[in-house]
Amino acid sequence: MGTNGNAQATNARLNPPTRLTGAEILWATLAGEGVDTVFGYPGGAILPAYDALRKFPIRHVLVRHEQCAAHMADGYARASGKVGVAIATSGPGATNLVTGIATAMLDSVPIVCITGNVSSKVLGTDAFQEVDITGITLPVTKHNFLVNKTDDFAQAIRHAFQIARCGRPGPVLVDITKDAQQGSAIFDFEAAKPRAYRPHPMLRVEESGLDQAAELIRNAKRPVILAGHGVMESGAMEQVRALAERAQIPVGLTLLGLGGFPASHPLSLGMMGMHGEAWVNHAIQESDLLIACGMRFDDRVTGTLSSYALKAKKIHIEIDPAEVNKNVKVDVALVGDLRQVLEDLLPRVSGRDGSAWLKTIEASKGVVAVRDIKNLPDSGHLYAAHVMHDLWRITGGDAVVVTDVGQHQMWEAQYFHHEKPRTLITSGGLGTMGFALPAAIGVKFACPEKDVWVVAGDGGFQMTAAELATIVQEKLKINIAIINNGYLGMVRQWQEFFYERNYEATPLVSPDFVKLADAHGIPGRTVRTRAEVAEAVNQARSAPGAFLLNFLVEKEESVYPMIPAGSALHEMIRRPGRWGKDPLEESADE
Amino acid sequence: MLHTFVAYVEDLPGVLTRVASLFRRLNININSLTVGRSERAGLSRLTLVCEASAEAGHRIRASLFKLENIVDVDDIAQAPAVTRELALIKVAATPQNRSQLFDLVEVFRARIVDLTSESLIIEMTGVESKIEGLLEILREDEGRILEICRSGKMTMRRGHHLSSVLRAMGAGETETVEPGGNETQEEGLPSALE
Ligand SMILES: Cc1ncc(C[n+]2csc(CCOP(=O)(O)OP(=O)(O)O)c2C)c(N)n1
Ligand SMILES: [Mg+2]
Repeated sequence: MGTNGNAQATNARLNPPTRLTGAEILWATLAGEGVDTVFGYPGGAILPAYDALRKFPIRHVLVRHEQCAAHMADGYARASGKVGVAIATSGPGATNLVTGIATAMLDSVPIVCITGNVSSKVLGTDAFQEVDITGITLPVTKHNFLVNKTDDFAQAIRHAFQIARCGRPGPVLVDITKDAQQGSAIFDFEAAKPRAYRPHPMLRVEESGLDQAAELIRNAKRPVILAGHGVMESGAMEQVRALAERAQIPVGLTLLGLGGFPASHPLSLGMMGMHGEAWVNHAIQESDLLIACGMRFDDRVTGTLSSYALKAKKIHIEIDPAEVNKNVKVDVALVGDLRQVLEDLLPRVSGRDGSAWLKTIEASKGVVAVRDIKNLPDSGHLYAAHVMHDLWRITGGDAVVVTDVGQHQMWEAQYFHHEKPRTLITSGGLGTMGFALPAAIGVKFACPEKDVWVVAGDGGFQMTAAELATIVQEKLKINIAIINNGYLGMVRQWQEFFYERNYEATPLVSPDFVKLADAHGIPGRTVRTRAEVAEAVNQARSAPGAFLLNFLVEKEESVYPMIPAGSALHEMIRRPGRWGKDPLEESADE
Repeated sequence: MLHTFVAYVEDLPGVLTRVASLFRRLNININSLTVGRSERAGLSRLTLVCEASAEAGHRIRASLFKLENIVDVDDIAQAPAVTRELALIKVAATPQNRSQLFDLVEVFRARIVDLTSESLIIEMTGVESKIEGLLEILREDEGRILEICRSGKMTMRRGHHLSSVLRAMGAGETETVEPGGNETQEEGLPSALE
């Protein structure tokens, strides 16, 4: 699997042009686009396509819910950089995809979803299992197609791939009617090639802008690079690093940017934003120049806009012109592919001495470290932070971690230090619970040789736990860590801080996850103390197949620091305890 | 402020939904939208007028360009342009008071395109203020206006203007576009005095 990627494999059998059924054209086109794995679920309106599948070198992974097919395609795409493919039937099959499509949309992930639809003769008549899925998905796709002529299949699908992967990537849906799958047409892969991709006409990187950016960098005293998902999408890791090193600029990362700059690098500040490290957020607030690289100033990283980085000039390097000046007004906009822009910018940037600013930041790191839970003596309680820290240590960071959404997601981001791109797969923009398990399946197909870990909460895991069966059916080696705190923890935390501890609808009764795994034929074990963590992680890693670890962690622990929604970036809630007044905050007041 | 966008869109089913859906998502009300065939085969041209903050113009245009079926988007902003609207106005008119309406139509350089014993239809083309001017006079007699149908604004830049997008499509090479224009109606002129 995954050998020819989306590099377009020309299938000798289909050259010269041949008459095929629509169903055959579907698979032949996918194969031609380099697809070797699809994630799907059959039903009446897509049955002709399934009937033709056996003639093509494509592996179909049977999911347990179509939402998960989209998440798998998404995980596959995030891990590989290639286009992931999900397939579903009409009506409920199609609507089940929607959450997965929206998840991919918000995080700019290239996936193509194929749905069957009722025959063109009855389109629009509320026929059995008919829904207007192109209408439903219009705002959550980059584009979608309704194809009801066999002749149009190959072109629509090829066009869908082009749209999904070009510019700012995203999901595309192709809805194909049943009769068009059954009809036939001449298949000519080459002739179905879409016209050359047209970059967004408002991309603009002017010489003067580059000069201005270089000038701002030269004169900055307290610059910070903000690196986002675009670093990965554009493949600009080296260029970001070169800029940081040459001009001695520290790098803060968004959640989706983690891995885009090595965590161990002396210039790495770690994650910014709502649950970012205090020193990163303080550095941003104190900064006199922000260089935003492939990030979109999401509200989770800015806090209240009216108080965001008021002392800083801003350079925004971004591929989507609609993101420029959307949330934060910038001084220099370089609207283009990040990697290319940085390559053009780098020759203009010369070495500068950043030591004073770096020293200031370094000093504040030391202060924060004493608050860190992992530096506290072992109280006998198991904390998720310990689990993440140990998981990172034991895997040597050499794993792909796929997280769900909630507290455990933030602890992973804080305590698992990502060195390489595409080693943290997580739903950032939509924050979709239930993402981790199915996305990890997609990841495993994209990189079978990698150590793949699911890190999920007890709540989110139950949203898509049925995919355990898919793991077994596909014989996948995936390690699963459930951070079991008996609560919808992140919501409980909000209730603790902002709703007077009114824990309404957040305590959670769960099945015995080890028994649940066992019912699927997946071994597992429950872990209660920190002393057991290392051994359990190693046991999971060395198990021949999938393995589930059920970590019973401290129930009412919260993620710190936290910026309450609507507060400024420096107004953090800090871990309560015996620290007294935070010296960092005192120094920031000066 | 009022923004006016002129766009070339592919003439395919559902394209208008995509445009309209974008404005819905941005929570911007569309004041008027006119669509029709353009000089290019397979492309429709639309003029869209909406109310949004001054800074919103950039994001709206950029977002429109992200729609796959949109070929070109021009933000008219303050550029010199000709803007016209068509109105059909059905007015109650008896043989006794018709002649008064005939005079009015003459003054406004409008036309009468339908005439029956009880009513007539006035066709009027012009800038919005001119149409408003006629309507204002007609409203002096309560109950006289029976129906109003307005096309919404259509806008075209003055002079030889070709966007880089259309130029890239080979426009302007084969077609000859007359520079300048011989527009006589000026936007600023008081409507009735033209
Ligand atoms: C599909 C979906 N529904 C609701 C939410 C709101 N939400 C965000 S975090 C969270 C709690 C997650 O609980 P759990 O999976 O146990 O993780 P924990 O926070 O306890 O680590 C909820 C309900 C969401 N993000 N996604
Ligand atoms: Mg939980």
